[in-house]
Parts: sequence; structure tokens; C-alpha cells
Amino acid sequence: MKLSRLTRGLFAAFAALVVTFLLGPLMVIVLFAFDKSNVQSLPIRHWTTHWFAVAFDDPAVRSALWLSVKAGVAATVIAMVLGTLVAFGIHRFRFFGRDTVSLFLVLPIALPGIVTGLALQSAFNISHIQLSIYTIIVGHSTFCMVVVFNNVVARLRRTSTSLIEASADLGARPLQTFRLVTLPMLSTSLIAGALLAFALSFDEVIVTTFTAGAQNTLPLWIFGAILRGQQLPEVNAVVVFVLLLTAVPVAYAAKIASGDSSEVLGRVADDKEPLASGALV
Amino acid sequence: MAANGTRQRLGAALWRRPWLRGAFILSPPLMWFLVVYLASLVALLATAFFSTNELTGNIVHQWTWSNFSLIFTQSVYHTIILRTVLMAIAVTVTDAVLALPFAFFIAKIARHRTRQAFLALVLLPLWASYLARVYAWINILSNHGVLPSFESHLGLPVTNLAYTNVAMWIVFSYLWLPFMIVPIYGAFEKVPDSLLEASADLGAGGWFTFRKVLLPMILPGVVAGSIFTFSLTLGDFITPLLIGGSSSNFIGNAIYDSAINGGDLPFAAALAFVSIAIMAVYLTLARLAGAFEAL
Repeated sequence: MKLSRLTRGLFAAFAALVVTFLLGPLMVIVLFAFDKSNVQSLPIRHWTTHWFAVAFDDPAVRSALWLSVKAGVAATVIAMVLGTLVAFGIHRFRFFGRDTVSLFLVLPIALPGIVTGLALQSAFNISHIQLSIYTIIVGHSTFCMVVVFNNVVARLRRTSTSLIEASADLGARPLQTFRLVTLPMLSTSLIAGALLAFALSFDEVIVTTFTAGAQNTLPLWIFGAILRGQQLPEVNAVVVFVLLLTAVPVAYAAKIASGDSSEVLGRVADDKEPLASGALV
Repeated sequence: MAANGTRQRLGAALWRRPWLRGAFILSPPLMWFLVVYLASLVALLATAFFSTNELTGNIVHQWTWSNFSLIFTQSVYHTIILRTVLMAIAVTVTDAVLALPFAFFIAKIARHRTRQAFLALVLLPLWASYLARVYAWINILSNHGVLPSFESHLGLPVTNLAYTNVAMWIVFSYLWLPFMIVPIYGAFEKVPDSLLEASADLGAGGWFTFRKVLLPMILPGVVAGSIFTFSLTLGDFITPLLIGGSSSNFIGNAIYDSAINGGDLPFAAALAFVSIAIMAVYLTLARLAGAFEAL
């Protein structure tokens, strides 16, 4: 579109403002994490890494971190297996109810998180299942599966099935074809899916509130501490730690999937096929 | 060799019967989804019709409408529902107003490298650090926070936004903005430049082209984004609890209070169905407005 220099400049300035709005608050907490004072305020007079040491020595933070890592890894593994299988199934086969299946698949992300959390809690309550790390993993796997599904299905749509047929024609057994042809084609989308699933699980707090019972994951510890208004400098250090730990996988996933933006953007909407975006309806 | 032959025959059998392969591949994930997620939604619906014994705190497994009739008759819940819906609308409109020019810039004006960089900067808050982003705003808006001290430093009148609904509006708009930007960006990306050039060649000005050519094509993206901003606002209890004040009771924290603090899971389940119903009404209205026809 032909736009005057002035209009382009105005759009660019507006975009710069939006980016500042998105990132400015994150800068603030990163700075505050290194503030020596007990009560954080600007300007920062004395800098320190003391609060990171305090947080890391806190047994409550340590056990919450360990629980988050265990739950995140387990949920990612389950989500990888189930999400990849369902992506293959939806992509390769035409069957009755296929549209309905892909519609239901995005429900855990399209419905408010509190609905998913409360629904799981109701189900555990009715079937007399005690809340534990396993109930956390079940909840996280369910929404992480959608993320992996979105990533893998976007890649499958871009790759041609003729390569797989060619491999079979040349005498490769199904497992050989999978190992030598299909898997290399999918590898980066699988890695991106796994990283994003872990980042999502490690940071999740709404569904976890209803499936964790008395235990604390790291986000639950942060939420509780902010709610009580205690240990705030420590909270700041932990929050920056979580921010870094989730930012690294997201940045890496964005980089390896950069050939297809819809893979990383997949959490929001998949625009490759009307089926998936229609599924939001 | 025999095992090899069996494997080959099995492979051939699967190849000839696609439905068998399909069933083989799809049954584990679909079983999980059916047993864990859909069964849980059914359990939620059932729980909404149970009640809680006030003395023992146990759930009474007897069908009753009492939870829903409480929500329908008590005006306090009408206020909560109205407040939540108005907030969801305000946040959705704000995010759309911010996201439209921004997405237009990165999709149609920015050069490749700027586009990649800006997209990455949007993606980071989309995926990560929800609590970090809420906590940042506590530090900014609180009485000794960044904004008031900045204002007093400059000699400006100090705004006291902490624990107000205005603060919630700002923070919600901030939190869900990436969820609005991404689908709108995707929609802009699909509009061919030649279409905009054709419109200009036929004598349309920038604003006319936007209204008559661009807007109809990106409307599905706006609707997709609004579904997220709406749904996320309806389901959040963290922001009302941490940012909001005494008049910031929303559906999300009403559910949280009943389920976690009040120990009344059935009532929380009934409230959750209110937010599902609001989502259903919203989607129906969007459909009636023709927003989905282009999808």
C-alpha cells in the first residue's frame, strides 16, 4: 500500500510505543531483582545479587522448583507422545467426526483456564483421587498436548506424503520409513513443541491451583507469597529466574521454527487450514 | 527371519487398511482426551447440581438447582457477572485498538528484520512469565511504585491507581495484548499487497482502502483474538486478587473463593458454567454478526 513518509513514520512510532508497553514492565522487575533495598523503588541505589542467593537457599523455593521441574518434564513427555499421535491421525486420515475431534482438541485452550482446572478438580473429587504430583501432571499434559498438536500438524501440512510413499515403494518397512524419513522431517517442530510445552507447564498457575492440593509448584509459591505480601525481594528474584528459564526455550523454539511462524504462533490460532481456526468456534 | 516376515506382513496389513492404522494412532490420545478432559467437564456439570453440607463441608450427591437459583436471585452475583462482562468488553476493545495498527505495521510496513524482531518480542510474553508480568504491574502501580514516584519526581499530580478497576483494566489489556496481536498479524499477512495497490489505483484513499478492503479481510483475525481476550478475562482470578481492590470481585475470583477458600466446590462449578454460558453467548453474537463467514 502506498503510504506517505509521515504515515509510515507514525505507524513506526506507534509500534515502538506498543513494544515499550509490552517489555517495559519486564525490565522493571529485572532491575528490581538486583535492588539491595527491602522495599523496591526507583532509583536503585545499591545493586546486589544477594536476593538470588536467599531465594536459592530457601527450602520452600527449592522444593517448589523441584516439583515444577518434575511435573513439567513428565507433562511434556506425555504431551509429546499424545500430541504427535493425534496430529498424525488428524492429518493422515479422513474419518467420520474428524472436524468434531479437532474442535474438541482446542477446548482446553479456548475455554477459560479456571474451567479446565475446576473440571479436573470435580472429576478427581467424584472419583476419590487424592490431589498429588500425578494430578498436576494430568492437568498439564492435557493443555500441553494441544500445543504439541498445533506445532506438529502445522509441519505435517507443509510436508508432502509422496516422500513416505516413495520410501515404502523402495522397500522400507513402516518403522524404517518413520525413523529415516518422517522423523527427520518433523524433528525441529517436535523440539519446538516440547520446549513450548515445558515453558507453558513451568509457568502455569490457574489450572495448577485446582489440581495441586496442598503442595506448591514454583508459580504457586510465587502467587502465595505475593498474596501475603511477604518475602517480596525474594519473590522478585524467583520471578526473574522463571522469566529467564521460560524465555530461553521460547526464543529457541521461535528460532528453529522460524521457517513457519504459524508453528510458534500456534498457541493462538492456526491459519493454515480453516478447520483449525474454525475449531475455535 | 520369521519375525521379520511377521513384521513385514503386519506392515503390509496396516498399509492396506488405513482405518486400522488410524484407529491404532488415534486411540491413545483420544482415549486420554475422553477420559481426562471430556469426563471432567461432565463431572463439572454434575458437581454444579450437587450441594455442600454446611456443617461437615462434605459434598452432598443429590440433585438440586440451589446453586443456580442462588446465582440467579442474589443481586451480588448479577453485579459480579456484569462487572466481569464489561471488563472483558473494555479489555477486548482496548487490545483491538492497540493491536490493529501494530500488526499492520509489522505485516505491511516493517522490513524483514524488524518484523522478525518485533514478532519475537510479542511471542515472549505470549508464552512465558504470566506471574512475572502481573507482579511487574504491582511494582509499577502501587503507592510507592514506579509510576507514582516518577510522577512526583516530575512534579506531576500523582495517580493512585493501585487496587482499582482502572488498574485491572490496564493490566488485563497488557496481559492479553499478544493474544490479540498474533491472529490479527496472521490475517494481515494473508492480504496480498497487490489488492491494496489495486484499490489505490482505482482511486481509493488510505482510509477508504482500510475500511472497504482490509477490514473485511482481517475481521476473522480480530474475532479470533477477541475470543482469547474474552475467555482469558473471564477465567482469571490472579489479577483480580493481586491487582484489584475491594470492588474487584470478578467471576474468576468468586470461583476461586468458593472452591479454594470456601470449600464449596458445587457452587464454584455452577459459577464456572456461568462463564461457559457467557462464552457461548459471545460466540453466538459474533456468528450472528457474520464474523465467522470469512473463516
